[in-house]
Amino acid sequence: MSDLIPQMTQQFFNGLSLGAIYALIAIGYTMVYGIIGMINFAHGEIYMIGAYVGLVTLTAVGTQSGMPVYLIVAVMLVVAMAVTGAYGFTVERVAYRPLRGSPRLVALISAIGMSIFLQNWVALGQGARDMAVPNILSGAVQFHMGTDFDVMVPYSRIMIIVVTVVLMIALSLFIKYSRMGRASRACSQDMHMANLLGIDTNKVISFTFVLGAMLAAVGGVLIALTIGKLNPFIGFIVGIKAFTAAVLGGIGSIPGAMLGGALLGLVETFAAAYISSQYKDIVAFLLLVLILLFRPTGLLGKPEVEKV
Amino acid sequence: MANNLRNAFIAAILTGVIVTPVFGLQLVRQGARTLMDPHWSNVLIAMAVVFVGQLLRPWLAIPFRRLKSGLPTLPAAPSQGNKWLVLLIIAAAVIWPFFGSRSSVDIATLVLIYVMLGLGLNIVVGFAGLLDLGFVGFYAVGAYTYALLYHWGGWGFWEALPFAGAMAALFGFVLGFPVLRLRGDYLAIVTLGFGEIIRLLLINLNWLTGGPDGISGIPKPSVFGIPMARSSGTEGVRTFHEITGLTFQSQHVVLWLYLMALLLALITLFVSTRLKRMPVGRAWEALREDEIACRSLGLNPTRIKLSAFTLGAMFAGFGGAFFAARQGLVNPESFTFIESALILAIVVLGGMGSQVGVILAAILLTVLPELARGFAEYRMLMFGLVMVLMMMWRPQGLLPMKRPHVELQTK
Amino acid sequence: MIDALLNVSALCMRFGGLLAVDNVNFAVKPDEVFAIIGPNGAGKTTVFNCVGGFYTPTSGQITMNGVSITGLPSHRVAHHGLVRTFQNVRLFKQLTVLENLLVAQHTQVETRLLPGLLKLKSYRQSEADALERAAQWLDFMGLREFANREAGNLAYGHQRRLEIARCMITKPRLLMLDEPAAGLNPQEKQDLQRLIDRLRCEFGVAVLLIEHDMGLVMGISDRILVMEHGKPIVTGTPAEVRSDERVIKAYLGEE
Repeated sequence: MSDLIPQMTQQFFNGLSLGAIYALIAIGYTMVYGIIGMINFAHGEIYMIGAYVGLVTLTAVGTQSGMPVYLIVAVMLVVAMAVTGAYGFTVERVAYRPLRGSPRLVALISAIGMSIFLQNWVALGQGARDMAVPNILSGAVQFHMGTDFDVMVPYSRIMIIVVTVVLMIALSLFIKYSRMGRASRACSQDMHMANLLGIDTNKVISFTFVLGAMLAAVGGVLIALTIGKLNPFIGFIVGIKAFTAAVLGGIGSIPGAMLGGALLGLVETFAAAYISSQYKDIVAFLLLVLILLFRPTGLLGKPEVEKV
Repeated sequence: MANNLRNAFIAAILTGVIVTPVFGLQLVRQGARTLMDPHWSNVLIAMAVVFVGQLLRPWLAIPFRRLKSGLPTLPAAPSQGNKWLVLLIIAAAVIWPFFGSRSSVDIATLVLIYVMLGLGLNIVVGFAGLLDLGFVGFYAVGAYTYALLYHWGGWGFWEALPFAGAMAALFGFVLGFPVLRLRGDYLAIVTLGFGEIIRLLLINLNWLTGGPDGISGIPKPSVFGIPMARSSGTEGVRTFHEITGLTFQSQHVVLWLYLMALLLALITLFVSTRLKRMPVGRAWEALREDEIACRSLGLNPTRIKLSAFTLGAMFAGFGGAFFAARQGLVNPESFTFIESALILAIVVLGGMGSQVGVILAAILLTVLPELARGFAEYRMLMFGLVMVLMMMWRPQGLLPMKRPHVELQTK
Repeated sequence: MIDALLNVSALCMRFGGLLAVDNVNFAVKPDEVFAIIGPNGAGKTTVFNCVGGFYTPTSGQITMNGVSITGLPSHRVAHHGLVRTFQNVRLFKQLTVLENLLVAQHTQVETRLLPGLLKLKSYRQSEADALERAAQWLDFMGLREFANREAGNLAYGHQRRLEIARCMITKPRLLMLDEPAAGLNPQEKQDLQRLIDRLRCEFGVAVLLIEHDMGLVMGISDRILVMEHGKPIVTGTPAEVRSDERVIKAYLGEE
């Protein structure tokens, strides 16, 4: 019993780092949904591509190059963000923009098709099997909490939490104070009006996709470094869970995506530790169903009234 | 012209960025190490293709535009005069396999399974307009119901079939009840979640479902209780061939499976054709258009949507049971999201609501990959690409549904 | 009112900080034509939505024939004999005119699966009756020639008539019309007035309407409720309402 607090603390850090990843990806979903009302089914694949680009960059740089670890990670992040930004931009231009006025199902099918295409695109190029990621962030912070059980928080997980928090703050400031940030807020409230006011809505939409992609890429790179392996199909489940996080927090709300991500990460980790690790994926799905049934606007969303 | 050139440049550069980390710098495992295997030629070719393509875009756009509206919209379901044509086609379908090769009859059986599944999902997506991405879950329930009834109770196909359908319908009812009032894309994601949950349960409930290995040894449908096999495996029970005096050929089993699949597919086709013309079919269409107006007229949206969802699930259950019989074994591997996507693609590419379109799409999407066996790696890639392209060029599907279904004399 | 068909008492509807409907009371008698009028934003459509079951009232009681329908979902309200039209016509635009009328009879026809699948006698009879009723209403409204046309392709005036026919075919006790004259020319408005009268007399249906056209309102209504800013101002006959000072002030503003 005396080990409970330290164990829970351990799980807390695990859950928080997992939640940070979900939050990074969830922001992409929530921004796109907030602005054009569609679920970007292929967003999970963007995350996966970010992970792969990180691995390619790491291999190119070489683990024995003598560069300090943090610089290597920074390079990986920058390159991954640049490439996935390009992917996000292109996917929107090619598969979504032509379908802007179409019924929901059409856009959804296109997104599903894009998701399948990207999975197999990477599988063809880099192989469908698991790829190992060299461990460059080894080591952990260890601390005593007064019992025999030592809480071990790996550096990689600390990095995830720190980087995510920094990015969240940067994003919030950007959305609040920059011109593009104001423009995207305007577009998500009333696209038509924003257009009439002279805002280049196409540019804002592209920007939203690019930004979401870049954040997902950060998640991909960091997770790849933490877990140590990846394959072209990791985007699918993670994508659904991140979407759950976005809905949990309130779709369309960026702070909601952050909160939802953190919550989902914690709930899933604690469920895996104390209920069953086999069924932890089910936790996310159940949470999604429950939220949509009882509070569809999410924790930070505003209740909608149907206009008749 | 200058603008075009600039766009082409930008597109080419974007292509370069996109292709490089996937096809340009390929990772290769050598023992415990990962090395880089550069293929810059891939990148350059891709960039060149995109560059040229962008330059030529105004000229290429013209034939594509014609594709969007040009193709004919054939009548969706047979009207009075066409009844003979339909009977002729059915007769041909029954007679043909006796002259076909074993592999082609086998593929045809697979086609018929997808026809059944496609028509079933067509009720949910095409008629009622409900975005169901978890259809594979009901398919799995049907398959496993038969498998379990055989495993624990020794049941045969025909006894298990109604239960497979009923079980799947029950799942459809229970799962559908809470979620059918959700908005379109939310419904899609939730149903996807359900499909995944079912798959995860099948993998993890080892004691019940056999876990990742599944259940095997499942028998094929019998001929009125007489087993159609080389030997009956049970004392005192004679096989079909022993009774009729024919020599056993494995070809016969394939033929028999085909005929049973054809029977099930025809029943599905008949039922869905009837449903379209019945009040419930009209209600589905009206609900798709304007739910508020429906409510104001006394129609209960949840009950109406639920009927579509449950019926669709039932047909998936029948399809699942037949699939289990044909394969002889079931395991969770066969019931992934990709199956749901495939069946959805059949419905959407065929033309939502259009049964002829769905049948055609089922044929195309099952046969084409078989023909292109050599390009197996590219199969899923092409599948994804085709889905995107179809939505851009012809979202209404190959053969959109023809309306109306009932007319009045306007003297 | 004891012999009232529809009774609304102390109805309040609050949206967040906004009190859209504040203590509205009225009753509609079985053969009556009752109008709710008032300047824009007075809360008239909100009242409709509460009565019709599209909103759940914050407080208050609504009864139909003595039975409470407060807070019931709209399809259940319809089962009590209360149907409505909408401000922006809500037809099933891609269905034909005929199909619109068939769908409206959904609660009256044979909807069980087995009789339909097997085309049993009960089913065929039910469908034939439904077609017959639809044809009758098409004739009544003068829309027979458009029976097989897509509802969205009809002229605006015809669409409005179809919407009313669709309501009437459900055999309602109370017909709620939300701005039925909007967008109609003077001739069409006169036809509408005659139509409402015919419906009331020949089919014994009570009519509750929201309307801005004073000529129509004064011409057809038995009693009128005037609302402003969500509050009821006056209830009375057209003559009483027309000369009431408060009504004039509400519409024209302070001098």
